[in-house]
Amino acid sequence: MDHRISLKKETEYISPEGLRLDGRLPSEMRQISAEIGVVPNADGSAAFEMGNTKVIAAVYGPRKVQNWGQQINDQALVRCEYRMANFSTGDRVRRPKGDRRTTEISLVIRQTMEACIMTQQMPRTQIDIYVQVLQADGGTRSACINAATLALAAAGIPMRDLVTSCSAGYLNGTPLLDLNYVEDSAGGPDVTLGILPTLDRVTLLQADSKLTMDAFESVMQLATEGCMAVAGYIRRVLREHTKQLELRRGV
Amino acid sequence: MKELQVSLNQTQKIRLQTALQKLQDLSSKVDHSIVAVADTISVNHEDGFLKGHGTFELGGEVVATVCGVVERVNKLVYVRALRPRYQAERGDIIVGRVVEIVPERWKVEINFSQDAVLMLSSMNMPDGIQRRRTANDELNMRTIFEENDIICAEVRDTFQQDGTLHLQARSRKYGKLEKGQLLTVSPYLVKRSKQHFHHLEEFGIDLILGSNGYIWIGEHVEARDNQENPSNQQNDTSNGRYVNLAVPEKTYTALEKRQQICRIANAIRVLSSLGFNMTKEIIMEIVNLSITLNVEIHEMLGAEFYVRVAEKEVERRSSLKMGRG
Repeated sequence: MDHRISLKKETEYISPEGLRLDGRLPSEMRQISAEIGVVPNADGSAAFEMGNTKVIAAVYGPRKVQNWGQQINDQALVRCEYRMANFSTGDRVRRPKGDRRTTEISLVIRQTMEACIMTQQMPRTQIDIYVQVLQADGGTRSACINAATLALAAAGIPMRDLVTSCSAGYLNGTPLLDLNYVEDSAGGPDVTLGILPTLDRVTLLQADSKLTMDAFESVMQLATEGCMAVAGYIRRVLREHTKQLELRRGV
Repeated sequence: MKELQVSLNQTQKIRLQTALQKLQDLSSKVDHSIVAVADTISVNHEDGFLKGHGTFELGGEVVATVCGVVERVNKLVYVRALRPRYQAERGDIIVGRVVEIVPERWKVEINFSQDAVLMLSSMNMPDGIQRRRTANDELNMRTIFEENDIICAEVRDTFQQDGTLHLQARSRKYGKLEKGQLLTVSPYLVKRSKQHFHHLEEFGIDLILGSNGYIWIGEHVEARDNQENPSNQQNDTSNGRYVNLAVPEKTYTALEKRQQICRIANAIRVLSSLGFNMTKEIIMEIVNLSITLNVEIHEMLGAEFYVRVAEKEVERRSSLKMGRG
């Protein structure tokens, strides 16, 4: 085991009993919950919670391209806007709209979602994805992607597969699934993974800080398992939602 | 408008739940034909099959690309999505709003992925004569429809390559809609049927159920061509330069009629937020229910009536099932 990775030696992120700070096992996810249809005027919307992280996503479209110059003649234009609410973190910060972090995450989410949307089926249209972080407690990127997937599916936009995302890290020589804020800010590696569960492809892989190859393998494995678990849950939610709609509609 | 915010008390919640549970019991087949994105659809590979909308092939298997209900017609397998955007079909009757006038055509907003196009040449001219459209006609387009007018038309064609949608209005029944209310609901709630124009005789109200989920409720207009006569005369006299000579007659819809329009509109709002299918019969049932229960128009959007409507729908469907079985 490589102990150089855990930077803050003095803080123990794993107790001698093998539990993490919030009482989870290293390979245990936080409680996840999702709700579809939270924004009445959007074509599709969803709220997604992972423990204390809470995000909301709204999808508009496919609709007419607002800026004519951006129109693409053989596929849809996908746009994404990520925002963190001022009240989402411990201390209330006013966030400027176009700061680097926001722009980067918007781009990441856009690219991840665009990989699974069948954009060729909707030429000359635009799809807008708005994600807003209501509570940030680590793993906002993953939560945003999961919420966006749900919202897109609820909007009836054709997709090759669902994208699900989960993060994992490596602290005190142990791979940890789904880091919360405290673990995230420990300075250890934080790997965010986004996969297409049915196609078995990776669409997003981000990591900060260094990680040995062996450790990376195990972290990646753990994150993939986390993504699969999220996929199972999202699928259940979507099926239940569709069933309710069809049921109420009747014949 | 898609969803109402109703706060139910405890008993009402339980009543709503039991009503929905009963609906679930009534429909038996629903469960197994529901698919989410990326679910595999079982098909008979030996017989051969055709992939329809909402499906694609992955490693020899048919996979859904949208959430919805699997439908099979002979060899065709497709997924019927319950989507909030309109899926056009030729011949659909739609209600829309004019957003832009460009040379020879109107752009109409109809909850589609793009603005629909209504060509001047696919309109019946107000004078009713079949002829070539002249430059004068083009200049006078605003006398027919202006921006923000609500119109009713038919889908002429959809082009798959670039997704544009063309409309036509070649009949007296199509055209500008006035003196009424426009409601937007999810398009999947409006079932395609033979009749989308309804004249509710007992109220003297016209109800147009647009396939795109736009519903028009307005005062009944007897002969639609009469109201277009003034513009016809202007066409002849103005000689290219259109002058608004006719002082617009101030006609008001009677209060009683406006209330009836609101009553029907609220019935549709409740049905829409409950997610129930909309036909003339169901809407009228809800309107009559509100009248027999002596519910005020504004109270129709309250929690009590909301639950009542759900219970009424259960009653209706179970009686339908009894009739069949």
